[in-house]
Amino acid sequence: MLDVNKIRADFPILQEEAYPGIPLVYLDSAASSQKPLPVIEVMNQYYRRINANVHRGIHRLSEEATNAYEGARERITRFINAADSAEVIYVRNATEAFNLVAYSWGRANLRPGDEILITAMEHHANIVPWQIMAEQTGAVLRHLPFLPNGTLDLDPLPQLLTEKTKLFSFTAVSNVFGTVNPVRQLVDAAHQVGALAMVDAAQAVPHMPVDVQAWNCDFLAFSGHKMCGPTGIGILYGKRHILEAMPPFMGGGDMIRRVTLEGSTWADLPHKFEAGTPSIAEGIGLGTAVDYLTNLGMANVHAYEQYITNYALEALSEIDGLHILGPSAAQRGGVAAFTILGLHPHDIAELLDKDGIAIRAGHHCAMPLHHLCGVNSSARASFYIHTTTEEVDQLVTSLNRAKKIFRL
Amino acid sequence: MDDSIYREQIIDLYEHPLNYGQLETADWSYEEDNPLCGDVIRIDVKLDDQNRVAEVAWSGDGCAISQAAASLLTEEIKGMALEDVRNFDKDELLELIGVKLSMARVKCALLSLKVLKAGAYGMPDPDAMRHAADDQSH
Repeated sequence: MLDVNKIRADFPILQEEAYPGIPLVYLDSAASSQKPLPVIEVMNQYYRRINANVHRGIHRLSEEATNAYEGARERITRFINAADSAEVIYVRNATEAFNLVAYSWGRANLRPGDEILITAMEHHANIVPWQIMAEQTGAVLRHLPFLPNGTLDLDPLPQLLTEKTKLFSFTAVSNVFGTVNPVRQLVDAAHQVGALAMVDAAQAVPHMPVDVQAWNCDFLAFSGHKMCGPTGIGILYGKRHILEAMPPFMGGGDMIRRVTLEGSTWADLPHKFEAGTPSIAEGIGLGTAVDYLTNLGMANVHAYEQYITNYALEALSEIDGLHILGPSAAQRGGVAAFTILGLHPHDIAELLDKDGIAIRAGHHCAMPLHHLCGVNSSARASFYIHTTTEEVDQLVTSLNRAKKIFRL
Repeated sequence: MDDSIYREQIIDLYEHPLNYGQLETADWSYEEDNPLCGDVIRIDVKLDDQNRVAEVAWSGDGCAISQAAASLLTEEIKGMALEDVRNFDKDELLELIGVKLSMARVKCALLSLKVLKAGAYGMPDPDAMRHAADDQSH
């Protein structure tokens, strides 16, 4: 089991108070995680000691910056068990990864009548790029529904996944329900009809061991800032032969082999998809976040989150009028989205904030999911490696106080 | 806990909203949502022959702040000239609500005003209408 108190000491922000005399209880890691000191420090050191552009200079600084930036890519490659670092593309965030695949692969491969399949529990990042691309190419966007308990309804899969389907893009872990989906099973189903499979791993990579070769997915997307890393950096993983056949996403410096005024040829992977000066400090920071999580052990991280989520689901279910969205603890990651009869999620979040507790309120970038649940919004507490049972108890106490203020 | 934004009047209005519902015959109905939370507010207005607000009703669901604001706003504009509705200042509404709101919650508070004004501006200008009628009669 993780030593939570030792972990808490690694996060400078957890030593801060939310308001004078009121400690911070941060239960919004699913939106963006806090950063441990080594991640903050390595970015600081980059700017203080080795700041220079990468892949360009002959001078010492540029070489050191390049080594640090590319060294981070190597460790990220091992972290998700990709076969080769050429398959690991730096992007800004998971959203950009989806857009990269939609604009590059989608525009080159989708024809009128082709189908893209997603699920009804996706984040907007895995909905909107496909809507835009369907509009541009004449392809049709379909979705796999979910059951009332927040798990995918696999019964209609054979009707929805056909030889017309060119891509099945789905989340590994729902950012609202917390549902852990059967990734390998869904990837295999896509491959059986000749479709590619893309996995939204934004809520998976920070929380559990992820092995892209075991999943056998063709693409996978995640963000650095949800896994102890900085904002402005994320990863698109893609199988080499697929990435090689794809046209570039954006043109510019760093992504070319040769440019003439008549035309250009492209750099090798991964640089073909990395036009312009990248987020260097952020890439290095993500490498250190990966080191931090690797040292804890992702199996330990996952086990601890299961423990704390279980604890939270039981504690929350004791509150009268509180309804938890999504499946039982056995099938979910570290998020608990809920509604309280007679208390709007914004009011819940506002009242909790006064007690120093940070949760998310709204639709969590999943409007279709909420509408299918018959609500506009929900409140969401999310847990990470530094969440304590005492913090969960404070959440429950604060929710009961909020109910009282609203005369419930 | 500093619960000052949830003063008694806000909770009262949340429990017992004023002017809640929809009008059967309205001069305009307009609805809009708050993209932050997906909440929707609709406002129906009926004018009298002086172009003053004769009846007003609002519907939709949302947080205590947006709901209380909708009650206070619709109460305030009863009998108000269309022109004054169009010029209704957001600070006036914030003053009616009377609690200090964070930036995110100001959006909740002002949703009903946004809906009201969008509807009011969608109405033909009464002076222009009169001129048009005059022009046609000549």
